Amino acid sequence: MSKKYDAGVKEYRDTYWTPDYVPLDTDLLACFKCTGQEGVPKEEVAAAVAAESSTGTWSTVWSELLTDLDFYKGRCYRIEDVPGDKEAFYAFIAYPLDLFEEGSITNVLTSLVGNVFGFKALRHLRLEDIRFPMAFIKTCPGPPNGICVERDRMNKYGRPLLGCTIKPKLGLSGKNYGRVVYECLRGGLDFTKDDENINSQPFQRWQNRFEFVAEAVALAQEETGEKKGHYLNCTANTPEEMYERAEFAKELKQPIIMHDYITGGFTANTGLSKWCRKNGMLLHIHRAMHAVIDRHPKHGIHFRVLAKCLRLSGGDQLHTGTVVGKLEGDRQTTLGYIDQLRESFVPEDRSRGNFFDQDWGSMPGVFAVASGGIHVWHMPALVAIFGDDSVLQFGGGTHGHPWGSAAGAAANRVALEACVKARNAGREIEKEGRDILLEAAKHSPELAIALETWKEIKFEFDTVDKLDVQ
Amino acid sequence: MPFKSTVGDYQTVATLETFGFLPPFTQDEIYDQIAYIIAQGWSPLVEHVHPSRSMSTYWSYWKLPFFGEKDLGVIVSELEACHRAYPDHHVRLVGYDAYTQSQGSCFVVFEGR
Repeated sequence: MSKKYDAGVKEYRDTYWTPDYVPLDTDLLACFKCTGQEGVPKEEVAAAVAAESSTGTWSTVWSELLTDLDFYKGRCYRIEDVPGDKEAFYAFIAYPLDLFEEGSITNVLTSLVGNVFGFKALRHLRLEDIRFPMAFIKTCPGPPNGICVERDRMNKYGRPLLGCTIKPKLGLSGKNYGRVVYECLRGGLDFTKDDENINSQPFQRWQNRFEFVAEAVALAQEETGEKKGHYLNCTANTPEEMYERAEFAKELKQPIIMHDYITGGFTANTGLSKWCRKNGMLLHIHRAMHAVIDRHPKHGIHFRVLAKCLRLSGGDQLHTGTVVGKLEGDRQTTLGYIDQLRESFVPEDRSRGNFFDQDWGSMPGVFAVASGGIHVWHMPALVAIFGDDSVLQFGGGTHGHPWGSAAGAAANRVALEACVKARNAGREIEKEGRDILLEAAKHSPELAIALETWKEIKFEFDTVDKLDVQ
Repeated sequence: MPFKSTVGDYQTVATLETFGFLPPFTQDEIYDQIAYIIAQGWSPLVEHVHPSRSMSTYWSYWKLPFFGEKDLGVIVSELEACHRAYPDHHVRLVGYDAYTQSQGSCFVVFEGR
């Protein structure tokens, strides 16, 4: 039966609050943490979020009747209290698959976290989680290579990979920069990394950097007999320049490049990731700007959503925080989104912040990268928390060694291997960490000095964004 | 532990990937690692290569992967047999993981020269 056009303003909940709705396997599901303006009922707030992030607008419009809006609308199907918080609540919203362009993370985010975040009836809004349906996942390119391929290309097995960011982060000439890369790699690291803000500045243009780095990588590889790589940052001002840099890295036979996926944007990231798949290049992903979006507990987007989006858009390694270092990150939450990067199925588990079952199907996994303010004393905890499918990156903890970067790298490599060996032998490495490191230091003066240098450094601040539990 | 403020000279070493920075394992330590591989449900595999080819992707299999083998002694004797047959080759032990199609563990037990 056709409907009649009734101009005016209807309450959102009349159309978009559907507590009896049973979500379909093909629906994209989202969980928002909503804090409404005082006096607005929860159902109205939740329905407004569903409407404004899908088909609705503030007024009834005649052209709605040209289509079957019930087929396209997002629906809020559940509301839950947030434990320990009287004013906020969770709204669960189901979106029909046809609202989104196939394979476009850009499109999903434009809908889900677009206008609705500025909506006046809300004081705060946070996207906590998205359940991507398999029907959508199969349209996404995903990681260009994945964990298995990366291990095979780099010949690294049975342990976390070891890396470090070149410091100082800005101001070195290309030749000096290549020197630091060479020192780190000859000392035993697997990878070195461009700092995220190294692009192509006056003191060091990208082509000059790429050439010196390529020479450093080749030399270290030849001298150590191990595979080496350096994440060449291809993040650039325009897509054309980004691809030009990627092409040159390939010409230099480099194994891995890098992109900053939030400042660069999802469109650029997906494009570069597809280029990497086609050209046999590994892709390291940095996440500058994430804390602007994900740190406030009531407003923004949780990092688990950004991590899921990256896995779909494409990347072989993603920064996840360290839990133990200088940057924000609670342990259970971090474990929760690391699972989203690496596993093929992640069950709903509120104790890890995962609101939905998430089936990843055949999508390859992404290495979790722990980087930022970590040093050799953190090694046992890092190996225990992150496991083998991770890249542990020590910047200051490499270059700050009294003998220089090569010795710092060797100290970290010895510590890492000692922890892995002890774990495999059945020891509890977090509890026995101190003994394991001191034993290993007997055979390594580099490690002994590193342990002495960083023995007092800790970063014990409380986490700002915690899981919502009583 | 002694702390020296003088700067030392770090000399580059040629290593063979995982565990290359640790002193050679004792017999007991090798047993521990084999036990770990078996406990994970991985298949032990012995590979060898002449040191001049150590960076190549494919090392020669020693026989075939020991699918389903749970006896530590068998793996140790296969490692030793491989070493006796190719005394100048590197010999490594792999824990092959069929689920990930990757190597859960991989390290050189005997270094050739």
